Amino acid sequence: MSDSVEESIDLKKVYKGSRPIIATVILLGGTIGLLFAIGLSVSFGAADIDFGTVWSAVFQFNPNLTTHQIIQDIRLPRVLGAGLVGACFAVAGSIMQGMTRNPLADSGLLGLNAGAAFMLAICFAFFPGLPYMYIILFSFFGAALGAGIVYGVGSLAKGGLTPMRLVLAGAAVSALLGALSEGVAIYFRIGQDLAFWNAGGVSGTKWEHLKVMSPWIIAAIIGAIMLSKSITLLSLGDEVAIGLGQRTGRIKFFGSVVVLVLAGAAVSVVGAVGFVGLIVPHLTRFLVGSDYRWIVPCSAILGSLLVILADFAARMINPPYETPIGALIALIGVPFFLYLARKGGKEL
Amino acid sequence: MSVLTVDHVAVGYTNTVIIEELSAAIPEKKITTIIGPNGCGKSTLLKAIARILKTQNGAIFLDGRAIQQVSTKEIAKKMAILPQSAEAPSGLTIFELVSYGRFPHQRGFGTLKKEDLQHIHWAIEVTGLGELRDRPVEALSGGQRQRVWIAMALAQDTEILILDEPTTYLDLAHQLDILLLLKKLNEEEGKTIVMVLHDLNHASRFSHYMIAMKDGKIITEGKPEKVMKSENLKAVFDINAILMTCPFSQNPICLSYQLNKETECLLQTC
Repeated sequence: MSDSVEESIDLKKVYKGSRPIIATVILLGGTIGLLFAIGLSVSFGAADIDFGTVWSAVFQFNPNLTTHQIIQDIRLPRVLGAGLVGACFAVAGSIMQGMTRNPLADSGLLGLNAGAAFMLAICFAFFPGLPYMYIILFSFFGAALGAGIVYGVGSLAKGGLTPMRLVLAGAAVSALLGALSEGVAIYFRIGQDLAFWNAGGVSGTKWEHLKVMSPWIIAAIIGAIMLSKSITLLSLGDEVAIGLGQRTGRIKFFGSVVVLVLAGAAVSVVGAVGFVGLIVPHLTRFLVGSDYRWIVPCSAILGSLLVILADFAARMINPPYETPIGALIALIGVPFFLYLARKGGKEL
Repeated sequence: MSVLTVDHVAVGYTNTVIIEELSAAIPEKKITTIIGPNGCGKSTLLKAIARILKTQNGAIFLDGRAIQQVSTKEIAKKMAILPQSAEAPSGLTIFELVSYGRFPHQRGFGTLKKEDLQHIHWAIEVTGLGELRDRPVEALSGGQRQRVWIAMALAQDTEILILDEPTTYLDLAHQLDILLLLKKLNEEEGKTIVMVLHDLNHASRFSHYMIAMKDGKIITEGKPEKVMKSENLKAVFDINAILMTCPFSQNPICLSYQLNKETECLLQTC
């Protein structure tokens, strides 16, 4: 760099970009919104409980009151579960999209969710009554299995992996794994357990689940944030990333581990809900730009918000019956997917 | 003095070896251009030098040290790469893209320090993008986009710049514009530049050193006057070229050419 240029720079006038401000607003506003959504979701439900009771149930819990029990044992873990699951799917999707430069990457579309759900079926069939802390491990393995098969099938095609080809392979493999899960369920007569697990959304979430899954999820999200700068470089393309001194193989390995843990943990609670990991990262990128140091934490917040609100809607549309949360999210997700696919996968 | 040395290197892709054995030396603070027909291995050689492709045999030395033994981040402080078809994620602004060039110099989470901002600012100014730095990269023209990637490589603050066909897809004026920028960077900043070009006349006009390749081997190398000879062009591209001296740069240029076979036919019919 020439000395003359160096001297002539007034650093106060040097432009630093405006994205961090928007991102900070999302993080702060999102957190407030999240607290509000949690409050809303805990306060309303099939049972009519007034707000004062809700407040005291959360902060001065009295185990002898039924209303307090509903709040503490049903609504609160359910809301927190929804939030965690949303963050998981959204962060997993953003890492996948950044690492693979594939705008259609989502744990649902690429077979991770179906793989995890399949392993849950195996778990229920062969190891009934297995504690949740082991079930979640099966779920991680299932996510890896699904991803492995999809990438394997996709790579067999001539001309290599394109975003569309991967999605097609994902759809085919998901259908296969879904059918296998059904088969296992019918043969072992666990259809009801499984249906409850998969379609029931987050309604079955217990404190016990939260205790087991939280450490995994928090560790994986911290990992994702630590990787986020490297993911940004990978999103510029492998060659550029290598040129900038990135160890691409290592980052891809750790990134994949993070994705599998997040998708596996989420599916083990909510079943194979898709599209959260597709919609949220795109929305976040639109708002905060292409820097994954902002995309990852903002996706986590917005993902939580989306699933909590979707779960709330699922309970409120037709009480006391619950609308499947997966169907509700697909209602937004499918048109969004079609929109992205039509754009020709240009956007990342 | 050579800053990069390619020593008996074999390189290729999973099932195909493109270059069986090749040695070359890249002179310091000079512009070196690799030319050759499609599929001759010039991009492969460049990628091997840039450590994007691993060598299957032999070694590449940067400042006397084998690049496999130096950490990739350390290499990134000495050598910047501009791949052939670099594409920025949509929405990324020029400032943001150029700022990623500072990655090898950053630690931890990568907040931009004063020194980083100075380099980014300088890189944007020297490539003439100052007015546009707030714009998203995809809104730029091809020539401007190429400048952004060059700016990113400049922000990396390296002695060596490696560029794979930096003028492809650009119109005549913008091609010259990029090459003049590279020439300026070589002359004023003392950058060592290694690139692949398809246009022989540009290569001759802007290079100090040329390497002509065919079928994974170097056919001839040296100053443009030595490489740009009709017998060499016949050997490398299988063409009969009419050469003359460029009125601007006094380098040999190819005025026009015919395919080797055609001339034979023509001669036969005459």
